[in-house]
Amino acid sequence: MSSDIILTIKDLQFKYGERVIADGMDVQIQRGKITTIMGPSGTGKTTLLRMIGGQVRPHAGSISYEGKSIPDLGKNELLQARKSMGLLFQASALFTGLSVFDNVAFPLREHTKLSEQMLSHLVLSKLEAVGLRGAAQLMPAELSGGMARRVALARAFALDPRLMMYDEPFVGQDPITMGVITRLIKLLNDSLGMTSIIVSHDVHEAMTISDYVYMISEGKVIASGTPDELRESDSPWAQQFLRAEPDGPVSFQYPAKDYQSDLFASVE
Amino acid sequence: MFEPIRLIGEAALRKIARLGQASLFISQVIASLPMLLRRFSLVVTQLYEVGVLSIAIIVISALAVGMVLGLQMFYTLRDFGSEQILGQVVALSLVRELGPVLAGLLFAGRAGSALTAEIGLMKATEQLSSMEMMAVDPIKRVVAPRFLAGVLSMPLLAAMFSSVGIIGGYLVGVGLLGVDSGAFWSLMQANVDFYDDILNGIIKSFVFGIIITWIAVFEGYDAKPTAEGVSRATMRTVVHSAFAVLAFDFILTALMFGGN
Repeated sequence: MSSDIILTIKDLQFKYGERVIADGMDVQIQRGKITTIMGPSGTGKTTLLRMIGGQVRPHAGSISYEGKSIPDLGKNELLQARKSMGLLFQASALFTGLSVFDNVAFPLREHTKLSEQMLSHLVLSKLEAVGLRGAAQLMPAELSGGMARRVALARAFALDPRLMMYDEPFVGQDPITMGVITRLIKLLNDSLGMTSIIVSHDVHEAMTISDYVYMISEGKVIASGTPDELRESDSPWAQQFLRAEPDGPVSFQYPAKDYQSDLFASVE
Repeated sequence: MFEPIRLIGEAALRKIARLGQASLFISQVIASLPMLLRRFSLVVTQLYEVGVLSIAIIVISALAVGMVLGLQMFYTLRDFGSEQILGQVVALSLVRELGPVLAGLLFAGRAGSALTAEIGLMKATEQLSSMEMMAVDPIKRVVAPRFLAGVLSMPLLAAMFSSVGIIGGYLVGVGLLGVDSGAFWSLMQANVDFYDDILNGIIKSFVFGIIITWIAVFEGYDAKPTAEGVSRATMRTVVHSAFAVLAFDFILTALMFGGN
């Protein structure tokens, strides 16, 4: 059973100043599955991915990836662990000085000693998978947001990672691109045998392709289960989120003092 | 009553802590340098960006400085009937002081600011983070080649500044004002010492190269990942580099020429 779990997060604690990102969070990611972590904006979902990737150290708790405790790894061990991870950044994070081809070739050039011909075949096959082989010689500045996201996706899975993480992959995309990215995530996960973690607040797309969903708010997992289980859940958090209701357990308003006293404070 | 003292102490502690951070950072960069022997193409690319692209500003400025120096020195020396030593005076001024210092200030403005802005923007657009997630150390891949290129470029640019400045002095002194060409070159040759003057100038420019490039790459890497943060980091690079060049110039001059 334990080998089915690729990543275990236990009692995770993390704060940015007074802002709680994780307050005893427990998450388990099953190997080969697509797991979505959902939550309102600003709940620290991206920070959670950075903690999994070892870029941010939690204040307490454990993150165990394939049996290795990520926060305890040294610099070189961490770099080794990251070779089996891929992260699609929300802002794509393409290298602006390199062409699309060279962006995708970057991790291959850094970590393999492939001949240029073999490397070219691999890069073109990755670009073909995301439908952008024809854009190989373009520069990142010449790409639309959706194209940049797909190039970043091709680069993220260039080394065929075992764990692929997607940070808000659907944000700011038109419906066609959103559909393309949704299908690509599912296709890559199933055909390459990867494990995928999607961090998102796009309910429809994420629920369509996910095997399991965690909903987080205020640093805790407030609901979890398969998409069907969550739809039928009586958790008010889950229902507010799935039905996109403006108010509920998650308040629309950022914490503030009384509105009237705020308005008339200057008059008095 | 003690508040101003407390504030000064706090500011001093912050500066010391930042110096400590910068020192740890540069030790990591220096530890990464041997790796560059295997991938020297990364340094060559940066030598072009940092060094070759700075040549235009160095040459034009050096020519102007040399010409003004020739003109001013000629009128002063003529009062003493010593205009024949113009070549020696121009050469010593440039090789000992003006070459390394002015090349350093120009290098900080042209290449240092560009290095900080580039690295800072890479940080702001998560390019450095994405590199880390691809198991590539940005200090080895991005910072170390730029640091080495800066350190290697600066002495060459300073030598170029001094050489072109001397030509500027020659054009004005010999070409316009009638100083004897033979006296200009022979007195320069006789009185400019390779070890005392030229080598010390090279050492100065090498030290300035280390300091300016260290400040530039650290400020970029440490910049707040916002437009304002990168802008402030770039400004700090130019200001801190200028102060550091002037301060170290005084110290090095006192050490090198103090006994003469």
